[in-house]
Amino acid sequence: MNILTGNDLKTGDVVWWTGEAWSRHVSDAAEMGETAPDVMAREIAARAVSDCYLVDAERTADGILPAHIKEKIRATGPTVRPDLKLAPADPAAGNWVI
Amino acid sequence: MYKYDTYDQQMVDTRVAEFRDQVERRLAGKLTEDQFKPLRLMNGLYLQLHAYMLRVAVPYGTLNSEQMRMLAHIARKYDRDYGHFTTRQNIQYNWIKLEDAPDILADLATVEMHAIQTSGNCIRNISSDQYAGAAADEVVDPRPYAELLRQWSSFHPEFSFLPRKFKFAVIAADEDRAAMRLHDIGIQIVKNDAGEIGARYYAGGGMGRTPMIAPLIRDFVPIAELIGYAEAILRVYNRYGRRDNKYKARIKILVHEMGAEQFIAEVEEEYKHIEGLNLDAPAAELERIVAHFADPAFADGLSDEIDRSDPDFAVWLDQNTHPHKQPGYAIAVISLKPTGGIPGDASSAQIDLMADLAEQYSFDELRVTHAQNIVLPHVKKADLYAIWQTLDAAGLATPNLDLISDIIACPGLDYCSLANARSIPVAQKIAKRFADIDRQKELGELKLKISGCINACGHHHAGHIGILGVDRKGTENYQLLLGGSGAEDVSLAKITGPGFDEDGIIDAVEKVTDVYLGAREEGERFVDTYRRVGIDPFKEALYG
Amino acid sequence: MADILRFRDDEAHEEPAVTLDAFLDQSNATAVRLEDGEDARKLIPYLDRLALIEIGFSAFGDGRGYSAARILREHGYTGELRAQGDVLIDQIAFMRRCGFDSLAPEKPLDPADAENALARWDAVYQKAADDRQPIWAKRHA
Repeated sequence: MNILTGNDLKTGDVVWWTGEAWSRHVSDAAEMGETAPDVMAREIAARAVSDCYLVDAERTADGILPAHIKEKIRATGPTVRPDLKLAPADPAAGNWVI
Repeated sequence: MYKYDTYDQQMVDTRVAEFRDQVERRLAGKLTEDQFKPLRLMNGLYLQLHAYMLRVAVPYGTLNSEQMRMLAHIARKYDRDYGHFTTRQNIQYNWIKLEDAPDILADLATVEMHAIQTSGNCIRNISSDQYAGAAADEVVDPRPYAELLRQWSSFHPEFSFLPRKFKFAVIAADEDRAAMRLHDIGIQIVKNDAGEIGARYYAGGGMGRTPMIAPLIRDFVPIAELIGYAEAILRVYNRYGRRDNKYKARIKILVHEMGAEQFIAEVEEEYKHIEGLNLDAPAAELERIVAHFADPAFADGLSDEIDRSDPDFAVWLDQNTHPHKQPGYAIAVISLKPTGGIPGDASSAQIDLMADLAEQYSFDELRVTHAQNIVLPHVKKADLYAIWQTLDAAGLATPNLDLISDIIACPGLDYCSLANARSIPVAQKIAKRFADIDRQKELGELKLKISGCINACGHHHAGHIGILGVDRKGTENYQLLLGGSGAEDVSLAKITGPGFDEDGIIDAVEKVTDVYLGAREEGERFVDTYRRVGIDPFKEALYG
Repeated sequence: MADILRFRDDEAHEEPAVTLDAFLDQSNATAVRLEDGEDARKLIPYLDRLALIEIGFSAFGDGRGYSAARILREHGYTGELRAQGDVLIDQIAFMRRCGFDSLAPEKPLDPADAENALARWDAVYQKAADDRQPIWAKRHA
């Protein structure tokens, strides 16, 4: 699937397009289909995100998994600081990164 | 160290106001991201893998306890309670919000700090020798010259839209502790036969994708012409540096493609013209700056005796201190490379602790090294034991200066959007494999440097052992290089062969250290043995 | 094209600017335009008869025009020196320091923003093509 990601303009948070809004959780991401160019142009013009781009991903039992390791790390947080991961209380979060 | 006068303070305050205005205009839609990006970069603000990253300048790696405490405050108030010291003597924060950035710069300005030109296609932080003003081998303290260059290069109207970034290093000793030859401009301050001070200018060095050693441009530029000569080089670069390809845009490519001889001719031609413009400040300005770098009030007649009865202290003493020019004093190096830790990272509590130590024991001064450690430059030998005890309790006393676990590592794919592979886990695993300090001492001086991509921010080209992380069909892969050096024996490391996976590279490092131990002669470091026997015995051990 | 911001007292030059190549061929043009990367030094023999030199900025990140401008001023050019093209608010103060005395931005500049940008810096660290005294000169006046 193709999902859309960007960085919140004001905070820099990594965000994923849900179909209606931006979420910090990759598992909320929606399949973009044909809608990507319009959404991207609109959200950049609205200054919600500094920029955004499409990412290859797949739906798995654990949620949505970006295909490339860089996007996996972007979705969960630095692998060397488990306490800074997006879900620090969840010891299993991001196990599938490596 | 340098203290701002009202002019300097006004300049940083104005810069904060300017950036605040630029952020407002960005958020109001008056600037697109493309238009805003160079502006925020010129204030040190990157958009990285997880968030905005702010790179705060530590000019020539020198700061005091008040500034250090502000760095800790910023980590606590605006970030996630830690900072990362970099290979250009700066500090980075990884979790910054754009909307906070102007306030952070305002806070920094209250202690004479800033993030001016720590990124962007402009002249960056001027780096220097971390032992400046303390080591016995320097001709003069290089930092006043770095300060002169810092002011000249700040908000320079002609050189703010260069083809690419531009990095200076300034040293004043024959021993090169700042990797000077691997900079866009490297300057060695020297004295000629008449005892006059001048600048030996090198240009066209760099690491990155195509590493090059800077050739000599002019052997002796009288110090009164330091700035004019720099202008000549920058103007030649600004006019002729390539702008068609981001990866061929550094001055090293220009020097290489023109040839050093022709490049020098261009610079000298330009300088003939610039010389008449009187761009250099009068001698009185240099004297004013030099006065800020006068020796602190060293005590005389102190003993060089140290009680070595605590064996752990003795190990640290032998490895992590460096001779000082003043009898009874030493230079102490605080390792930010604990076994299994993240190279160069320090928590806000550790930063505060180092500030306290500097204030109490080091005439209120600290240095950041390009190897991502911290220096207390002026400590009484009599105080070393107390300092060590405090450091040890805080996890800052790893006695590994210049040993294999004193690894330089870029943030890598854990943090950096440019990276292809993670570097920090590799550093951690190597440090753990070689955790035994006796084993490390047996190996001796071994500078290991890891980069997570070919931009080489981890300086892997200058490693005795260098590791380059690459993306091999979506998987992290690591190439091993040998024989580089960023010191005065400068050389570029050579790749051994096909890369290894994350476990394989740790084994590979161990294999090459075994080859060294088997082949070395009396007094040889790893890099010396490599230079004598060549790469083949190492390749044999790695690939059979 | 948007309005020209001009910082000169004299009358605007009427004659259109010719290309550098055309200028070097002709003997009577008084206005010339340099593109990014064209060598300003080629104009040095003709500076006293030029009334207008326009320097194009095809992209604001291409900083070659700043060097071209300074070189022309350093060699004694006193006519109008115009920055044309991708000229944005955050570059105009640098442009003035390099000797530009008129700005012809492709997209109009907000006048209030432009005024703020030009008035922002009370002091400067280095000598350039303007007559502003650098801080080091003020320190030792």
